[in-house]
Amino acid sequence: MTLDRWIALVFITFCCAYGYLAFFTMDQLLPPFMQRNPVWPSTFPKILAILGIIVGLIVLLGLEKTSATAEPSATEINYRRLHEYKLGQALMLLALMVAYALALRPIGFLLATTVFLTGGSAILGERKWHIMIPVAMIATGFVWYLVQEVLGIFLRPFPFFMGI
Amino acid sequence: MLEGIMIGLSAALSIQNLLMVIAGCLIGTFIGMLPGLGPMSIIAIMIPVAITLGDPTAALILLAGVYYGAIFGGSTSSILLNAPGVAGTVATSFDGYPMARKGQAGKALTIAAVASFAGGTIGAILLMIFAPALSSVALLFHSAEYFALMVVGLSAIAAFAGTGQVAKALMMTILGLILATVGEGALFNMPRFTLGMMDLQSGISFITLAMAMFALPEALFLVLNPSRGANSEDGASNKITGLRFSREEAKAMAPVIGRQSVQGFFIGVLPGAGATIASFLGYAVERNLAKGDEQAEFGKGSVKGLAAPETANNAACTGSFVPLLTLGIPGSGTTAILLGALIALNVTPGPRLMTDTPEVFWAVIISMFIGNLVLLILNLPLIPYIAKILSIPRNYLIPFILFFTLMGAYIGQNNATELLILVGLGVMATIFRFADYPLAPLLIGFILGTMLEDNFARSMQLYRGLDFILERPMTLGLLVLAAILVLLPSYRARRARKRAEGVADGD
Repeated sequence: MTLDRWIALVFITFCCAYGYLAFFTMDQLLPPFMQRNPVWPSTFPKILAILGIIVGLIVLLGLEKTSATAEPSATEINYRRLHEYKLGQALMLLALMVAYALALRPIGFLLATTVFLTGGSAILGERKWHIMIPVAMIATGFVWYLVQEVLGIFLRPFPFFMGI
Repeated sequence: MLEGIMIGLSAALSIQNLLMVIAGCLIGTFIGMLPGLGPMSIIAIMIPVAITLGDPTAALILLAGVYYGAIFGGSTSSILLNAPGVAGTVATSFDGYPMARKGQAGKALTIAAVASFAGGTIGAILLMIFAPALSSVALLFHSAEYFALMVVGLSAIAAFAGTGQVAKALMMTILGLILATVGEGALFNMPRFTLGMMDLQSGISFITLAMAMFALPEALFLVLNPSRGANSEDGASNKITGLRFSREEAKAMAPVIGRQSVQGFFIGVLPGAGATIASFLGYAVERNLAKGDEQAEFGKGSVKGLAAPETANNAACTGSFVPLLTLGIPGSGTTAILLGALIALNVTPGPRLMTDTPEVFWAVIISMFIGNLVLLILNLPLIPYIAKILSIPRNYLIPFILFFTLMGAYIGQNNATELLILVGLGVMATIFRFADYPLAPLLIGFILGTMLEDNFARSMQLYRGLDFILERPMTLGLLVLAAILVLLPSYRARRARKRAEGVADGD
């Protein structure tokens, strides 16, 4: 089974769960006066869940015939060649983004961002620390100034134990 | 109309708004040139900035400038590097890159800029003529028609997705609509599908979704496959000289520009068609129209082959503003993001936009002219300098692209959970891209979702049930049209296959 059909299968499962929530859990909570309305909060989700399952089945069963399956070009991205790609780097960058999201509040914008930018370059194989760290620091400071002073959006700059 | 133009002129020509156009075009060109950041991502990043401006006119002018700049920047990287940042400029690289390889990079950029300018300007004139007319028709629409119209828009987007892709595009649209139901809507005043999580109470932010759908997968692809957009060594070091083209070339270009700006504009008006289809179709049409030597020249650095897609994609970008400004229904991913920005600024685009806030409507149109002019006279001479950005090593570039993606989602919400949602949705979008699912329908479905349900509920309440479909002929007609749009591609494919089989049997 190809990847697009697996996705269709997951999508159908998702629609079933969504449909279950819409059909069986939402209407009990509805106050009586709203039950006299022709539309309930669950009406639209119910329609969507049914449509989603139908369309998902069309993709899953391959009812819509594709025209001649063109061989994907070498420059286009293709999951069958995933092992040739730098999967490790991509996963590490994703992990770094998650770490950044979790660290942003506790350790503050300035430190978190400097570490993120330096770490990102390091993951990609850069080793010129004497360039990476100053570049990251200047960029961080510049963005913080822009967001905080020019746009007026508060970003906690320092770690939590430093007060602000 | 003259009165409107005067209002627009006076609003657009204020110092602040002129600065907005110039800044927007420059920022757009600058970022649009980078691999991995298309117009949608750039506009999404700029939205928090635009919202902070507070003034809807200035915000929309800024974002429109960014949009134009980004398309122009995309053409630049197509021509110089053969690495189109956006699908809409792929056709530009067919003839632009060979021309740059011949040492005529400067000329190619000028032709692209002039063609874009002409396409954008003629498109804006057509917009001025057609938008008011369409608006006055749209004023007759009720919520039932709006509901039907949105269904038509969403179906058209799926129908234009290409052969064998219609069901996948529909699936993405439905997923977008489902995601839009998460959170506490204004309609019912009760949280839905939040799974008890506080952070989902306000729903998923459309900026986060836009970043996750477009910016993040593209950046991840750059990491996964370093050969993608990495042939910068030979491109960026090319000296960009000789920005002029000859009079003969101008003569050859003129009819191409004339035809393609009109054709591109009308393709752009159709929901779901947009700049990509317009540019490919424009290229194909001009190649078929060209004769003899000129036709053989296509693909090897033809002036016509470069002018055609460039004119068409800019005209189509302008055309895509027609449904947005007159009906409030976006036909492309980019206009969907603009719609999101407008809603955040308390402006509801639609037929009443022209009567309620004419200064917004006309200032946007006038700023399109100014934006095209700025691109031509300000950006073109700066291109050799801006192109230096292409020589930034990817080890530095990619962390910054990821950082801007995160910032775009964070600034709007000031909520770190949003970043986790962004990464999660981004991974999902990357898997979708691998499996060849189109992502723009998802975003358009998400942005239209709330309005679709709103209008559906209002017509249901008004007619106490589904009767509105039968009692309003226009609604019924539109819904039938939507069904035809979805079913037609597979019907035609089936008939073509039957015919092919019949021939085989006959032999």
